[in-house]
Amino acid sequence: MKNCFHCGEACKNEHLVFQEKDFCCHGCKTVYEILNESDLTYYYDLQEKPGISPVTSEGKFDFLDNKEIAEKLLEFNEGNTQIVNFLVPSMHCSSCIWVLENLGKLNNGVKSAQVDFPKKTVRISFSPEKINLKELVYLLSKIGYEPYISLKDYDERDHKVDRSLIYKLGVAGFAFGNVMFLSFPEYFEVKEFWLEQFKHLFRWLMFAFSLPVVFYSGSGYFVSAYKGLRAKILNIDVPIALGIAVLFIRSTTEILLDLGTGFFDSLTGLVFFLLLGKFFQQKTYSYLSFERDYKSYFPMAVTRLTKNNSNESLEEQIQVYKIKAGDRILIRNGELIPIDAVLIKGQANIDYSFVTGEAEVVRKESGETLYAGGRQQGGVLEIEAIKAIDQSYLTKLWSNEVFDKDKNSEFQTLINQISKRFTTGVLSIAFTATLFWLIYDPSKALNVFTAVLIIACPCAIALATPFTLGNLLRIFGRNKFYLKEASVIEQIAKIDCVVFDKTGTITSNNKTEIFYEGLKLNTEEQSLLSSSLRASSHPLSRQLYQILDKNNIQGLDEFQEYTGQGISAETNGNRIKIGSETFVRDFSTETKELNKTSVHISSNEEYKGCYVFKNSYREGLAQLFKELGESKKLFILSGDNDGEKERLEKMLPLTTRFYFNQKPDDKLAFIKKLQEEGKLVMMIGDGLNDAGALAQSNVGIAISENINVFSPACDGILEASNLPQLSKYFQLSAKGIKIIKWSFVLSLCYNAIGLAFAVTGNLMPVIAAILMPLSSISIVAFATLATNLAGKKLKRY
Amino acid sequence: MNIIYLLLALSVLVALIFFVAFIFSVKKGQYDDVYTPSVRMLFDDELVKPKSSKSSSTKNKKSN
Repeated sequence: MKNCFHCGEACKNEHLVFQEKDFCCHGCKTVYEILNESDLTYYYDLQEKPGISPVTSEGKFDFLDNKEIAEKLLEFNEGNTQIVNFLVPSMHCSSCIWVLENLGKLNNGVKSAQVDFPKKTVRISFSPEKINLKELVYLLSKIGYEPYISLKDYDERDHKVDRSLIYKLGVAGFAFGNVMFLSFPEYFEVKEFWLEQFKHLFRWLMFAFSLPVVFYSGSGYFVSAYKGLRAKILNIDVPIALGIAVLFIRSTTEILLDLGTGFFDSLTGLVFFLLLGKFFQQKTYSYLSFERDYKSYFPMAVTRLTKNNSNESLEEQIQVYKIKAGDRILIRNGELIPIDAVLIKGQANIDYSFVTGEAEVVRKESGETLYAGGRQQGGVLEIEAIKAIDQSYLTKLWSNEVFDKDKNSEFQTLINQISKRFTTGVLSIAFTATLFWLIYDPSKALNVFTAVLIIACPCAIALATPFTLGNLLRIFGRNKFYLKEASVIEQIAKIDCVVFDKTGTITSNNKTEIFYEGLKLNTEEQSLLSSSLRASSHPLSRQLYQILDKNNIQGLDEFQEYTGQGISAETNGNRIKIGSETFVRDFSTETKELNKTSVHISSNEEYKGCYVFKNSYREGLAQLFKELGESKKLFILSGDNDGEKERLEKMLPLTTRFYFNQKPDDKLAFIKKLQEEGKLVMMIGDGLNDAGALAQSNVGIAISENINVFSPACDGILEASNLPQLSKYFQLSAKGIKIIKWSFVLSLCYNAIGLAFAVTGNLMPVIAAILMPLSSISIVAFATLATNLAGKKLKRY
Repeated sequence: MNIIYLLLALSVLVALIFFVAFIFSVKKGQYDDVYTPSVRMLFDDELVKPKSSKSSSTKNKKSN
């Protein structure tokens, strides 16, 4: 089979040849033609088969004609130039970058285009006289790069990037280097004439350099320590802040009273290393968002129908927030219903999978209520809004307090548990040593007290966690498991309950198994079946057509599609009816087989049988459940009915428990109940219907077939193909915690050595200056090596 | 030996220049996207070519 020159897909249904090149569909061929005309075929040289087959329904972006909405999207609008920043989820390779940045060749209205690949955005500057925003969006869609525009773009315009950590790190690094270089002459305490003369200058310069380090770079530690103390928590930042403060005060007094050089080198070094750790922990997947709510899924605008004076119907694009109760709205095929409404006209086939997880399409007659979040499949609908958008069922679901809660504040991290004991330990050593020296030699007491606090500053301990977890985060990322932040790994290690959603999570969305039940079809009937299915656009017909024999396709004498019911076709006097049971047999026996999706067939009014569609479960699922079941409790919550129960019970370990017909609220409540029993719960889901449960659980993981597509708010996104590896991720997280613990032991050894110097009153600046970087670097090296070693095992699978 | 004042001042000045340059580049967003420029710089040569030869677009193929 030939592969498409443009997108690389196999040419299955259609096979077009143009300029000796194969194409799988008209869309792909058109893109090639457009690029070819504008001399942009270099696109295909950069990367083989780079393209995306374009899919855009007519009228999808008509709302961009509305000035007010367009204005909201534009970043800059002045005279002859407009600038817009689009999210283009389909960009994936260097060819994409190239063609997008050369958009100006396709339309001379485009002045410049710049791609930010990690964020998957393209910023386009264009002249509105030659091309308007709508045309620009259609131009992008036409070559397969349809921008994603959602309600979220309307609300949030410019979100500031927080770069303060980089600034702080820069300041600390700058000061650290200069202080090191200024303190070097005095390390060896040679009594030399020139050195004696200039040392005061050197010392005050070091003081000057350390000021921004303490008051700017280190400010976060003081704030965090203060917050911790106010909440009566001894977090790790308390001893760090104490260390920084003592280092600074002691050093300043030393140079003021000309007692010594102070510890400015250690001070700046400490802050620099700590910030480096923080920086390393901050791995962001800029194109993934873990904070999505329904707004990212909602359209920005809808088509409102109004009547003018002469009673003619007018279409008008309005912003979603402006819909009022009573407004008539037009919903096209594939569009999302943004509001609770009553169906006025049209045949509604609503796919609520987005809200409820129920995979079946629901049929609605006019007069029935449609809920926000459903997606229309089929013809055009006319609906009448019954509530404003912020009062619909879906948005109310979102106002649940779970979504405002900050999960992390409740979690007692390993480092905070340790720091409590550590801080009390250090303080008691400091006071005991001071007491001892007060009796023995009071002149040294203050010196010893400060020395203990300086040397015990838990730099190495504070570095062990960010480097271990930061590195694990990257290893997970390479294995297609993207976590929101490093601290999630600690939580994963503690999980004892795993709750799975069914549809889309353990079943695959794009794979269905189809079985035939009933009388055997003869060749003629089979050929008629595939011929009629070929002409139908219903999703089930297309799926079924894919698996059928396509050898004897024949022309049809008659073909009729009844929306929501089925199709009937006739050729050579043979009549076939395909569709729902009521349509094919005029009566329904489906009561007993309610739980199946099926397509029924009759030939010449004689019932033949039906094709049954079953979700296919992901590969390796049984093995995964077996592995996880050894140490954790497993649950399956499904929005669907219990039709699949028997099959699941057969496949999965006996300890797994099943709950069916679970609404989003039920899922949330279920997780809450487990947590009240003291369980730490991981929720694995995929749709918006799981959003509440994902937010409530200790760790919420969203499963995604394609990470470029949007997933609900969660703590981590796992690529569907890697679901069977889940237990490996658990193991690796547990190993990570072990590595952190070993690092703690190692750094405590360093602290013990340092303390020996400190309590005996022998702490020289040079010893502190050696001990601190040495301990920090060796801990960092240990943590990195150990996690890489542990991570290697993951790759083997 | 008083030259050391000048040398110190100079060395700090040079360090400061680089520091300011760093802060400036961060502020301008130069570190926000560190991937795309690495790909983009490999394109440059090809951009000029197609402009000149409209008719020979099919021959334009480069082996890479």
